[in-house]
Amino acid sequence: MPVSHAEEGYVTADGRQIGGTLMEMKNITLRFGGVVAIKDISFDIRDGEIRAIIGPNGAGKSSMLNVISGFYVPTEGDVYFKKVKRGPMKPYEVARLGIARTFQNIALFDGMSVLDNIMTGRLTMIKSGLLSQALWYGSAAREEYAHREKVERIIDFLEIQNIRKTPVGRLPYGLKKRVELARALAAEPKLLLLDEPMAGMNVEEKEDMSRFILDLNDEFGTTICLIEHDMGVVMDLSDRVVVMDYGRKIGDGTPDEVRNNQDVIDAYLGVAHD
Amino acid sequence: MPEQLLYAMEVTVNGLMAGVMYSLVALGFVLIFKASGVFNYAQGVLALFAALTLVGLKNGQVPFAHVINAILGTDLHTFGWKLPALLAILLTAGVMVLLAVIIERLVLKHLVSQAPIILFMATIGLAYFLEGLGDVMWGADIKKLDVGLPQGISDSIERVTDRWFGYGFFIDNLDLVATLVAVALVASLTIFSQYSKQGRALRAVADDHQAALSVGISLRFIWVLVWSIAGFVALVAGIMWGTKSGVQFSLSLIALKALPVLMLGGFTSIPGAIVGGLIIGVGEKLFEFSVGPLVGGATENWFAYVLALIFLVFRPQGLFGEKIIERV
Repeated sequence: MPVSHAEEGYVTADGRQIGGTLMEMKNITLRFGGVVAIKDISFDIRDGEIRAIIGPNGAGKSSMLNVISGFYVPTEGDVYFKKVKRGPMKPYEVARLGIARTFQNIALFDGMSVLDNIMTGRLTMIKSGLLSQALWYGSAAREEYAHREKVERIIDFLEIQNIRKTPVGRLPYGLKKRVELARALAAEPKLLLLDEPMAGMNVEEKEDMSRFILDLNDEFGTTICLIEHDMGVVMDLSDRVVVMDYGRKIGDGTPDEVRNNQDVIDAYLGVAHD
Repeated sequence: MPEQLLYAMEVTVNGLMAGVMYSLVALGFVLIFKASGVFNYAQGVLALFAALTLVGLKNGQVPFAHVINAILGTDLHTFGWKLPALLAILLTAGVMVLLAVIIERLVLKHLVSQAPIILFMATIGLAYFLEGLGDVMWGADIKKLDVGLPQGISDSIERVTDRWFGYGFFIDNLDLVATLVAVALVASLTIFSQYSKQGRALRAVADDHQAALSVGISLRFIWVLVWSIAGFVALVAGIMWGTKSGVQFSLSLIALKALPVLMLGGFTSIPGAIVGGLIIGVGEKLFEFSVGPLVGGATENWFAYVLALIFLVFRPQGLFGEKIIERV
């Protein structure tokens, strides 16, 4: 039996235990006027796994990620998070549920320092009132220190200590991507969505990023759903892969299963669609 | 000390005080610019609208009286009560918050992730709409505003300076109050934007809408918050200017004076708005005092703009503005 259909979790090739369903997409269709971006796609994301969505350009991968993160509301179909059906939600409400994301064309706060950028990831967790924050006494100060500690851990983890105070606008592309990942991590998400985390990187940067993704899944137990069109990287990283083409799902399973799927091979090698 | 020097000192102090008044208006611009990257053309009109509403509420004027009278053939003008100043100010602050909510609902909500120029155009529209609304609601006549702020020349300052220098400085009490209010306002706004959670969220929204949404910030809440604060600052500016020169529609033109202030101070800096205002205030008074007589006076009309132009050439980001760094 293929692992992707196991009811309650499974064990990966490298021996990690994957839990039950964290997120489930049921018959998602997304239309923009006459254009169908996503056509009746269902798949799930298990607790603790690294799930990839791949496909050629224009396959609808980013649209799918936007549906998960609430930036798009699906025309048809339901989204379940932790087994609860999610109604139409604003992106910020989805973020507060514990779903963090990065963007294909980096969306950082250019005017702020790296540290401040990462701290914004924890904004919604700050509890102290306006007055105590302003006066910097008692609980507010304690809270800020606690948040700083968590953020420093992430900074260490992603090896960006030396650019802590640098305004983000001055950083090179690869480091910006890393800061964006740090900000998403700062929210301690249950589910982390990465939109082309390796796009535009050189080989060395890609290797670094792959290592970070594996390590953070391992160390923080974060469930990750990522989009890539670099097949090589994805196959090494992910536990299970969804393959999309022209808005449809053409494959779903372990990297090996997907690699041997004739539809997938056709889509990537460019067999004429009939 | 020679009489001329003392007189120049008095002019300088008066210039500082006038500068504070400019700064009050400029502050509102900076706030919205920082939080949304938008130059809010409507800020001056916001101050006018706040002042009109304050006078109207305080004097128990019937809003839309002209329209009601024209349609129903009645002869309504006032409810016949006078509200205490403090209550009227609180109510007006409430109206400004309500206005912020309406602006978010009807305008900003539909312009998420649009280019700043589009939002700027929207604020131009808003400015004209609010000016018209103020006219229809409260009437176009010049009104006197008195919320109990001290006015007139300060006797004590005149006496003290007379004893020190043998020359009494003429300084308006209202300007002194305006200075105190501005200091308090700037202090609290700076603390708010630098150290509070909402302040951080506000800076985040200014930078990138999408990224802000992705970390769980509600754009709607932040926008209502920012416009409420801008409305409140406009109310303060409206009270000061309204008390000084009466509540009239030319009040919305003080927004124009805020422009050079912002070019000097930088569009993104709260301290910049203050320093810019002071420099312009002192600069135009001293210039009028020293050069004015040689060129036939009235230099105050253009001095600020020429200074701003010079700044644009040599330091386009202003004294305190963020230098724009763009990697290519």
